[in-house]
Amino acid sequence: MGVNPEISGRVYPPSPGYEVGREKIREFAEAINATGPADAVHRDPAAAQALGYPDVIAPPTLAVIIAQRSEAQLMLDPEAGIDFSRVVHGEQRFVHHRPIVAGDVLIATLHVDSVKTMGKNAMVTTRVEIADEKGEPVTTTTSTIVIRGAGEAA
Amino acid sequence: MTAPTFDTVAVGDELPAVSYPVRRLDLVRYAGASGDFNVIHWNDRIATAVGLPSVIAHGMFSMATGGRFVSDWAGDPGAVIEYGVRFTSLVPVPDDETGATIEVSGKITGKDDVTRTAKVTLTAHSAGQKVLGKAIAVVRLR
Repeated sequence: MGVNPEISGRVYPPSPGYEVGREKIREFAEAINATGPADAVHRDPAAAQALGYPDVIAPPTLAVIIAQRSEAQLMLDPEAGIDFSRVVHGEQRFVHHRPIVAGDVLIATLHVDSVKTMGKNAMVTTRVEIADEKGEPVTTTTSTIVIRGAGEAA
Repeated sequence: MTAPTFDTVAVGDELPAVSYPVRRLDLVRYAGASGDFNVIHWNDRIATAVGLPSVIAHGMFSMATGGRFVSDWAGDPGAVIEYGVRFTSLVPVPDDETGATIEVSGKITGKDDVTRTAKVTLTAHSAGQKVLGKAIAVVRLR
C-alpha cells in the first residue's frame, strides 16, 4: 500500500499542551553541544534576561521535539498509508515568531500541505503550527519526508 | 568576539569554518534529549541490515550543529528567526574515539533594511560530502 494522496490538506486536532521546562532546554542544548558563551541563554535565566527574554530560551531546533510528536499522528494514521520504516527526512524549516521560552505551554496543530508521488517514492510536506496557550503563534515548522517505495533498496 | 551588528555586516562576508566532532556518544545523547530513538542512529546491526554503512547521525543533529554555528556567530540563539535545510547526504559515525566530523562555514547572502536581518547561507560537509543543502538562516541583528 502506498501513501494516500487524499490526506493532502488534512488538518489534525491540536495536540495536548507541551510544557517547556528549563531543564529540558538545558538538556537539549547540551545534547547539541551548545555550551559556548552565546549559549548561556539556554542555561542561565539571568543571561537570558540580560538579552531581554523572560527566562531561558530554546535553541532554534528544539521545536522539532514538539513538531515530531505532532507529526506522529500522521505516521500512525492507518488512512495515510505511511510505512515509517521507509521514511527519510528530506527537508526541515523553522520560522520563529518569537523564541520558545521556559514556562511556555505549547499547542501544536499538524497540517498536511502536500503529497507528491515520484515513481515509486512519495514526498509528504507537513506544517506544524505551534502556538502558546493564548493562541499566539510561536513557531511554524515545515518538514518534508520521502517515503521510499517497495522494491527500492533501503 | 564581539557580536555582529546590522551595520557592520555586509553581503559577501564569510563566516570562518568550524569543525564539530560527532561521536556515538553525541548520537545517544541526542536520541535521549530529542526523543528520536530510530534504531539506525544507535544500532549497527540494524543499520547495516538495511544497507547503511554503519550507524548514521540524526539529520536533525547535523541541522542543530549548523544552528549552533549561526547562534555562536550572532551571539544570541534567539536572533535566529528562520532556519531551513535540505538533508543531502548521510553522516556515518564510526564506533571509535574520533567518530565523524561536520565542518560548517557560512556566508552573508542578503540583508533586509526593513527587518534589520541578515541572511546566512551555510555550507556543511562531512568526509567530503555535502550534508546540508539550501541551508539558510535569517538572523535579526541589533
